[in-house]
Amino acid sequence: MTDRPDVLIVGAGPAGMQAALRCRALGLSVVLLDEQGGPGGQIFRHIEHADRRARNVFGDDYAAGHALARDFLGSGTTYLRHAIVWEVAPGPLVYALVGGHSRVFEPRRVILATGAMERPAPAPGWTLPGVIGAGAAQILMKSSGMVPEGPFVLAGSGPLLYLLAQQLLRVGARPAALVDTTSPGNRMRAVGPLAGALGSWRVLLKGLGMLGDIRRAGIPVYAGATHLAFEGDGRVTGVAFRHRGRPHALPANVVLTHQGVVPDTQLTRALRVPHAWSDSQLCWLPATSALGELSSTQGIFLAGDAAGIAGAQAARLLGEVCAWAVGEQLGVVDPRRRARETDPLIRRLARWKALRKFLDTLYRPADGQRIPADDVLVCRCEEISAGAIRGFVREGCLGPNQAKAFGRCGMGPCQGRQCGLAMAEIIADERGVEVGQVDVLRARFPVKPVMLRDLIV
Amino acid sequence: MSGTGFFRAVPALKREGGSVSIRIDGRACTVRAGLSVAAALLEQGAVRFRQTPVGGAPRAPLCMMGVCFECLLEIDGIANSQSCLIEVRDGMRIGTQDGAARLAGMTEGAAP
Amino acid sequence: MGQVFDCIVVGGGLVGSAVAYGVCSAGGTVALLDEGDVAYRASRGNFGQLWVQGKGRGKPPYAELTKAAAVAWAGFAARLEAEGGIDVYYRGTGGFWFGFAPKDVEDRAAMMEDIGAASGIPYRMVEPAELRKILPRIGDAVVGASFCPLDGDVNPLYALRALHAAIGRRGGRIVNGAPALAVEPAAEGFVARTATQSISGRRVVLAAGLGNPALGRPLGLDIPVSPLRGQILVTERVEPFLPVCTNKLRQTPEGTVMFGSTEEEAGFDDGTTHAAMVKLARRGIETFPMLAQARLVRHWAALRIMTPDGLPIYQESLSHPGAFVVTCHSGVTLVPVHARVVGPWVLGRQDIPALLDHPVFSASRFDGKRGPL
Repeated sequence: MTDRPDVLIVGAGPAGMQAALRCRALGLSVVLLDEQGGPGGQIFRHIEHADRRARNVFGDDYAAGHALARDFLGSGTTYLRHAIVWEVAPGPLVYALVGGHSRVFEPRRVILATGAMERPAPAPGWTLPGVIGAGAAQILMKSSGMVPEGPFVLAGSGPLLYLLAQQLLRVGARPAALVDTTSPGNRMRAVGPLAGALGSWRVLLKGLGMLGDIRRAGIPVYAGATHLAFEGDGRVTGVAFRHRGRPHALPANVVLTHQGVVPDTQLTRALRVPHAWSDSQLCWLPATSALGELSSTQGIFLAGDAAGIAGAQAARLLGEVCAWAVGEQLGVVDPRRRARETDPLIRRLARWKALRKFLDTLYRPADGQRIPADDVLVCRCEEISAGAIRGFVREGCLGPNQAKAFGRCGMGPCQGRQCGLAMAEIIADERGVEVGQVDVLRARFPVKPVMLRDLIV
Repeated sequence: MSGTGFFRAVPALKREGGSVSIRIDGRACTVRAGLSVAAALLEQGAVRFRQTPVGGAPRAPLCMMGVCFECLLEIDGIANSQSCLIEVRDGMRIGTQDGAARLAGMTEGAAP
Repeated sequence: MGQVFDCIVVGGGLVGSAVAYGVCSAGGTVALLDEGDVAYRASRGNFGQLWVQGKGRGKPPYAELTKAAAVAWAGFAARLEAEGGIDVYYRGTGGFWFGFAPKDVEDRAAMMEDIGAASGIPYRMVEPAELRKILPRIGDAVVGASFCPLDGDVNPLYALRALHAAIGRRGGRIVNGAPALAVEPAAEGFVARTATQSISGRRVVLAAGLGNPALGRPLGLDIPVSPLRGQILVTERVEPFLPVCTNKLRQTPEGTVMFGSTEEEAGFDDGTTHAAMVKLARRGIETFPMLAQARLVRHWAALRIMTPDGLPIYQESLSHPGAFVVTCHSGVTLVPVHARVVGPWVLGRQDIPALLDHPVFSASRFDGKRGPL
């Protein structure tokens, strides 16, 4: 019966699709729920409809998703599109809105593969219409064939930003400039982790090539920029920054902003899984076993970038590992075979983690991009500024959960997704303690603002 | 600059497909089938999706993947719908979400 | 270190903070000890009702205590805002209790009659037809209501913040993030020990909720309280439609709609449950059907501090004079009394005030019946 599969997977990105393939190969029944209208998650967004032209524009890494999605769609997984998971309860039980109706599933095991999101990057004027994430712009390209209009600027740091610039150039959309906020000092700091990452030299070379392409296309690149600010009244009209000690301002109808990606921990925090602060990834990471089982839960696994940013190929490996572990728990794989299969996967994962450490160091978002000045809005929903949060600390607030109580920060519809990280960092900074000493923002079910009538299954 | 929207369709990525008729703030429009409501609005040149209930500030999408809640619109009478997660459909009625949710059954000025 | 405070208050929730504020206002020096960010914190879970109706049947002193507090709230809120600029969003618009079965409405009417006769609490029963005129969108499932003009609501989180700020401004010391591990008699009176410091005071008030029993035992205070979980739902902001507080549902000044609350024996588990979410959602929809479309944004739980009979305890230790316990489950409603009446009392400025001097508030009313803690 569809409502009682062996395995329920949340998320149709690389981790979820790979886990589904392995579970199906092991003879398990699988239901996969995903919010979007097609498979691929964000990295392979719209891959089902991507023709050869699109695959050329978006590159080989994107094209690699095509075979995976095709295999997934033919795997016999019950794949439910536009499905909003709003609660995961002990059982496990999974509550979701599917086609406008609330349903409850009773799988024997759950694999969460809910992926990552762009790091919210508070800066002056970041709430202005027209300031949009680079990832969002990439989604609009892939799923809707659209590019930014008018003079537009890319501002921020990280491989996604440079990849996007390349992709835009391929379709004739020229950014007016790339304002790169990567700290120059990061290059020195990245030398150490570089040694560990050399095993992934192909990826490294590709990365080095990207900025070169952008410069050769004649796009001005302002490297080492600081004090990013977005200007405008009612909509963005320009971006200001400091570069080589001097102030700059560029007109822009659209600004594509980016400061890396972070795991989406809404579900894992709502499940009350312990989270630890990672100073290298500058985010909270949920605790799991080596095989991906979530601590403090029964029968719930975590695969892909939701467990820590490591990229699409690592996501597939972890999806496989979780699926093998689930197979063992459900008695269709004996423990020795499971170990034989997962040991090499875990070794390969270690190589991706080493590459990750290098990238995390090189593209570490600057403090100023994560811990903003007083007048910058941190909670977009409730319009609470960084200065207000610092004021709460002076009144005795110790962490984000208290900050909610003090001033509604995190109480809006995004349920703390956009403000949680900045809240923790600002409070830690103001208190003068390590971020890990500040409590992680609690999340509750429903993890999406579902209508009351849809809560009654 | 002020007359333009934020995004436009680009020929290099153009795909064949149908179209659907929708209404945006009462105005009839024809948009490409298969787009999310948010993408359709952006293509139509929308620069404001909503006004925040707290301060009345104008907002437009940030993430296009369902985690920022800036793309909230009233869709077929349901307030605060995440328009980046909903596909356009023939006959759909879309309205900007100005301020707090107005629920069906709320009538004008009928405060006790 | 070294300083001997006139009064130590253990517990920085609404009860402890109101008492500490009262101590400051009466001219005493106070140290307020509070656990920190993820304490059980009944105050943070609170619905925000200032509720008089339906309380104290057969126990007139409780009805009168609650009435005194409710009547004082308007002035108290104004004073807090004038002093510190924090608006606690007090509303004294009166409150409705809704009945969903005729028998319940009958029983309610009888209870309100009893309390009205014994303690003079004003009320009236409201027929469905009239209710529909006052609240046009009320559901057909509501078959009757009681209304009390003394009821109201407030933002309990802002109230807590305002009290902490006021305590700070008046020179009170708030020791945050430091659970009190023990309170012992000492030469000057008492000493409270945290992991990192010892704080001395001439008097001590235990207002630590579920932490009280362990702290009270060595001071000759037997405090039988136990946790009773309550869960609350909150929606997105909705256009204004409900300007009065009701017993299980209120619309905040921000526009969000709160549904509360359950009463569950769940021990110390302050987690939320699916069953409660569904139950509260159902009842909300029955009350105002249009809320079916409102989106749920948050769901939380908190542990009430319940004595076996639900009434507060105001008690000075007989074996250790100068040590007090103050505990109740309506910490929001009683704030003005805890500030203006309890504060001076624990400071030693006066004997036990008349409002509190009743056997129904003493700890000895439970002699022989111990709580689970």
